[in-house]
Amino acid sequence: MYYVVIIATLATMILALVRALLGPSVYDRVLAANMFGTKTVLLLAVIAFLYGRPDFLDLALAYTLINFIGVLAILEFIRRRAPSSAADHDTGS
Amino acid sequence: MSLLLHVSSWVLLSLGGAFVFIGGVGVLRMPNLYTRMHAASLTDSMGAALIIAGVMLQAGPSLAAIKLAAILLFLLLTSPTATNALASAALLAGLRPEEDTSSPEECGE
Amino acid sequence: MTVLFGVFLLTLIVITALAIVQTQHLFVAVILAGIFSLLIAVIFFLLDAADVALTEAAIGAGISTMLFLAALTLTAEYERSGSANRLLALGVVAVTTLIMIYATFDKPRLGDPAAPVQQHVAPWYLEHTPEAIGIPNVVTAVLASFRGYDTLGEVSVILTAGIGVLFLFGAKPRRQSGPQRIAPHEPGRGLRHYLIPRVVGQLLIPFILLFGLYVQFHGDYGPGGGFQAGAIVAAAFILYALLEGEAQILRVLPQRLLTGLIAGGALLYGAVGVAGILLGGSFLDYSVLAANPITGQHIGILLIEAGVGITVTGVLISVFHALAARGSV
Repeated sequence: MYYVVIIATLATMILALVRALLGPSVYDRVLAANMFGTKTVLLLAVIAFLYGRPDFLDLALAYTLINFIGVLAILEFIRRRAPSSAADHDTGS
Repeated sequence: MSLLLHVSSWVLLSLGGAFVFIGGVGVLRMPNLYTRMHAASLTDSMGAALIIAGVMLQAGPSLAAIKLAAILLFLLLTSPTATNALASAALLAGLRPEEDTSSPEECGE
Repeated sequence: MTVLFGVFLLTLIVITALAIVQTQHLFVAVILAGIFSLLIAVIFFLLDAADVALTEAAIGAGISTMLFLAALTLTAEYERSGSANRLLALGVVAVTTLIMIYATFDKPRLGDPAAPVQQHVAPWYLEHTPEAIGIPNVVTAVLASFRGYDTLGEVSVILTAGIGVLFLFGAKPRRQSGPQRIAPHEPGRGLRHYLIPRVVGQLLIPFILLFGLYVQFHGDYGPGGGFQAGAIVAAAFILYALLEGEAQILRVLPQRLLTGLIAGGALLYGAVGVAGILLGGSFLDYSVLAANPITGQHIGILLIEAGVGITVTGVLISVFHALAARGSV
């Protein structure tokens, strides 16, 4: 029963990774990274139950908070970068 | 009773998995940053709520259920905020949502 | 099934690593590196190494990404292309990879009970932890008590790294002629647009700090400990710095306090060691710290984990300040 959810979540993680690799602007990639993070939290929660170790849920809780802070940090530093650099459409990727 | 618990847990988990996968497909196929944000954030919250509710039914009343409730609470609080911050940042940086000239209410104004 | 998940995740790691190497836009590389760290954390989790997974998620996927980004604001955004002698580097890497793959042919299967690594020290630790130290988490027992010297070395490494960064970046830069950095709370700069993250962030900071304290003291019973807790508490303060601006957080946590924390944590660790000598045992012998040796072990582990957490918090916040506050203080 858990395997259905795990496979769905892993598939979504692949799709988010593809968007992070493809996305033309930096914000697409940040969106994909945020989504990847929340899917990882769900994956950790389900796997912790699948393997019968509910005390590993601390990892999921920690990463939920860290993901949020990470996304805000990325957005803040994108805003702060030198204005002379190219706009958000990066070409050399 | 236990059978009902298992069945409802399975239903919730499957629905949650379906939502999460639909969100992934949406992020990949939507044409624009803002539409992708819709796909990612809505399905994120709904899928997370369903999956965690399903796992909580399996856990029963225990410390693990409280931790799962805490994870759900923080996910529901932080994920939409992150999306809001992302949308604000993209808007302020100048990424305009594309104009949709085919919808009737645009022409009516 | 675990093997299937593991292989799948390892494939994703290879794809991400190739993308990191191939891209020229450094912001993208940093974001992908965060995803990479997260995948590694999930693999550690699958291998039942929860402490390591928590540390990798907190520090690798979280703090590391933020520090890289803060450093990127000080430098160029695109990789400078055209370095010499790519072919020689490629050749060296290929030969090393082939040698390492050849070396894994002799490796025992994962989890094999007859493997050499399971024969000598590991069963000794597993047997002696309940009677000598009495805490459920054997990883913390090994880290903090049986191998206390190594952890003292780790704290010294973190201390040295912090000192190094503060030496390099701590000096006030000369007046810059480029565009000024604008702190997010400066009026007239679109404060309204950041209202929701500010409110939610301020709501969350006490809970993140509380969770950091929980991870610190719960390390005896579950995954946790000083390193992870230090990273989580530092992340909470970095969130405050992002939301309220550098000037505000430097009022809350002045640099002298942070320097005190950096040195104080390592000092606490060393002091516990010396207290062991003064009370009649050897350096870092916790059994003499109290009347009952097991209570002494508990007290010793508590104090040194606190020392580790304090130093890690101080160093991470100081490094963040050194990189992020560099134009505006």
